[in-house]
Amino acid sequence: MRPQHLVTFPRNLHPGAWWLWALGLAAAASRTQNPVPLLLILVVTGFVVAARRSNAPWAKSYGAFLKLALIVIAIRIVFQAVLSSGSQGPTVLFTLPEIPVPSDTGIKLGGIISLEAVLRAFYEGLQLATILCCIGAANSLGSARRLLRYVPGALYEIGVACVIALTFAPQLVTDAGRVRAAHRLRGQTSRGLGSLKRLAMPVLEGALDRSIELAAAMDSRGYGRTTDAGRVSRRVTGLLVFGGLLGVCVGVYGLLAGTSAGWVGLPMLLGGCLLAAVGMFFGGRRTGRTKYRPDPWALPEWLVTGTGLAAAVTMFVAVERTPADLFLASVTQVPPVPLLACAGILIAIAPAFLAPPLPRSDRPQTAQPQQLEVAA
Amino acid sequence: MITFDHVSVTFADAPAPVLRDVNLTIPEGELCLVIGRTGSGKTTLLRAINGLVPHFSGGTLSGRVLVDGRDTRDHRPRDLADVVGFVGQDPLSGFVTDVVEDELAYGMESLGLPSEVMRKRVEETLDLLGLAELRHRPLTDLSGGQQQRVAIGSVLTTHPRILVLDEPTSALDPLAAEEVLATLQRLVHDLGLTVVLAEHRLERVVQYADRVVLVPGGARPVRDGSPEEVLVDSPIAPPVVELGRVAGWQPLPLSVRDARRKAGALRAQLADLTEPPHTAEPVAGSTAGPVAVTEHLVAGYGQTPVLQGISTTISAGEIVALMGRNGAGKSTLLKTLVGMKRPSSGRVHVDGQVPAELKPRDLLRHVGLVPQVPADLLYESTVGRECTQADKDAGVESGTTRALFERLSPCVDPAQHPRDLSEGQRLTLALAIVLAAEPPLVLLDEPTRGLDYTAKHRLVEILRDLAAAGHGIVLATHDVELVAEVATRVLVIADGELVADGSTPDVVVSSPAFAPQVAKILAPQRWLTPTDVALALADAETVSR
Repeated sequence: MRPQHLVTFPRNLHPGAWWLWALGLAAAASRTQNPVPLLLILVVTGFVVAARRSNAPWAKSYGAFLKLALIVIAIRIVFQAVLSSGSQGPTVLFTLPEIPVPSDTGIKLGGIISLEAVLRAFYEGLQLATILCCIGAANSLGSARRLLRYVPGALYEIGVACVIALTFAPQLVTDAGRVRAAHRLRGQTSRGLGSLKRLAMPVLEGALDRSIELAAAMDSRGYGRTTDAGRVSRRVTGLLVFGGLLGVCVGVYGLLAGTSAGWVGLPMLLGGCLLAAVGMFFGGRRTGRTKYRPDPWALPEWLVTGTGLAAAVTMFVAVERTPADLFLASVTQVPPVPLLACAGILIAIAPAFLAPPLPRSDRPQTAQPQQLEVAA
Repeated sequence: MITFDHVSVTFADAPAPVLRDVNLTIPEGELCLVIGRTGSGKTTLLRAINGLVPHFSGGTLSGRVLVDGRDTRDHRPRDLADVVGFVGQDPLSGFVTDVVEDELAYGMESLGLPSEVMRKRVEETLDLLGLAELRHRPLTDLSGGQQQRVAIGSVLTTHPRILVLDEPTSALDPLAAEEVLATLQRLVHDLGLTVVLAEHRLERVVQYADRVVLVPGGARPVRDGSPEEVLVDSPIAPPVVELGRVAGWQPLPLSVRDARRKAGALRAQLADLTEPPHTAEPVAGSTAGPVAVTEHLVAGYGQTPVLQGISTTISAGEIVALMGRNGAGKSTLLKTLVGMKRPSSGRVHVDGQVPAELKPRDLLRHVGLVPQVPADLLYESTVGRECTQADKDAGVESGTTRALFERLSPCVDPAQHPRDLSEGQRLTLALAIVLAAEPPLVLLDEPTRGLDYTAKHRLVEILRDLAAAGHGIVLATHDVELVAEVATRVLVIADGELVADGSTPDVVVSSPAFAPQVAKILAPQRWLTPTDVALALADAETVSR
């Protein structure tokens, strides 16, 4: 047996496996508004991230996503409880001074705040927050950028564009900071529309210069040398791939929304997958690029992906069998514990042990004081 | 290996060709140094080697460039990727991936090499360039010298026969530059690679070169030959060569070692003469106190203090050079002096004020900073408008900045876009803008980055004039030759602490890293520049007559 199949052999797991695992959990989260399974999903993602994250800069992004999630919940509560007149219930918590607004708009400013409105907003916000945290976990375990290496050949150019955008966005922020500081030296305050124009000019010019430099560097390193295809074949593969991906999107929507007509769900998804696969197969044949040290897809990858999928599937089954447990009829009741769904989610904690441990050099060093960002 | 056959290059909208009728042959295995003023067409010459000119840049190329038997007319840059490796000025902007190992493999992936070959070549290249420790590190975390070595490695993996580098060391501190040049040296000697590089800092590279190509600019003919031949009357020359010219040594020495071996007679001749003091002259009619004072200054980012208790005083009329490794705290000290950074403890007073508490409107009357990238200060679409805006910002009579700029950099069309100026002109424009408000303290961060010798001489004159007019000047720099020319005092910062503070000769003469070439040649005597030596010799001659 190749060592890659051992769950104890230290290596980096394929980023695709982490993303599929996280998407499975996110899909599960999208089918329930019961806070019990939602909180359980949060715990599971947090636990796995803590167990298997590396010391790379993007591995810290889970914390950022968690903060974003809290903000989402707060905004949701403020908007729904304070500004919406439709969602109030009988249990009044307190009353704020109200500014009268025509009643047919559905908007209010201040007035009564009821427990039902706050709780409903909290549960709905929690659902969104949980999905966000799943994405955050995927990003910190297998960076989006590493994932882009595995974009199929037919989509290679788009993948490269994404990678470059990911590099340039933080660079733009640094540049803007530097230029703003420089403007202070010219005696200008950084406020108002005029300052935006003054900021934009040097930053955008700098970005343009850099992109031209990068294009020259890529050209002289052989970018696009092995890609040979006629215009017709390029168009056909492009059409196939995009048609297929569109089908996949509609199919996934149908499946997750669970409300649309039957043909929108699974059949559309499968058809889209087929179309995209054909397009990618033909498109992939035209590039002569090779891949350096691709991460292997071995047993641990299957296991990790499987646990994510298991969580999603059990959730879907649970929704079919006991919908009342997962979409609460009354928000004020104590949320029931949907056993089946929770069991499924708990399976997804297994990657904390099933994913191979990281090589020593990639482990976060807890003994040393936290490494600080080097001053730019 | 590389043949230029009657090559002329004209860019679109340009009135005259950048290069005219270049005939040049660079044989295999040579390290060829391309020198010339900024804007003379060095970069165009380099880019013509791998076909970026004209395939990428546009313009018209007449004549023929043959590289390893391939004509660049029908080979695009990507078709030459396995023959020519091209490393641009800023390594960071040429990186496509984000980890060292992937970056090394990128070129091979594009060429479609089989994975076993890639695996082997990456390992070999990691060892060859001493990058094995860094293989999993993100590229943005590396130091400048390491980034430059990764950039070189990333083009070497396709096994090119020629390596072309555009100013590989201009942004590096002396030690990092050594690191990169030693690597290049090894590639030439061990692998027989042909290396073509352009560089302004001749003192760093000229002793390694087998051939020098002088691009004089203005479409005058390109000259090439052995370094000794070309440098005899080249307008740009490193201090060691200038000293050789002063002393009349034949053939000209190229390295400190060569010169030291010839310098016995010159040292004897100079033994009785007194070296110029290199200290500030008191400013006429000024009784004002110091322009800047720091006391036990601590500043940093987050939990890491970068400056750890700096106490110093800067007086009017002084030109203070701030030296030290990259990341030692030079820029942080400048930022603190200009109020961009608040000290976490200690005191900073500039012109009697606390800079971080001043409103931007008032700040520029007390202290001015020319940043490392002077273009950061500029945002208007023409030089003229930039000057008018600066007058308004500073609240001075209109035309002040224009007049200053004219004096610093004559003959610039005010309708030009600031981006189209040369590095030197852009620096002087930024300096003029800063000077418009007449701040008593002027700070410059790495002012000689990308400046050629002529522009540097001009800068030296400008700085001396400013000091004589009573400005206090602080410049953070790696350029030891500039420091030798202009500084009246040197501060060395290491690890956030002041490790040396004294007159220029006191600090630099005995230091292996900061001594200028002339000091190394004439030690233990304390001469710093060829000009000093020439003047002293001339004086001695008139006296003896």
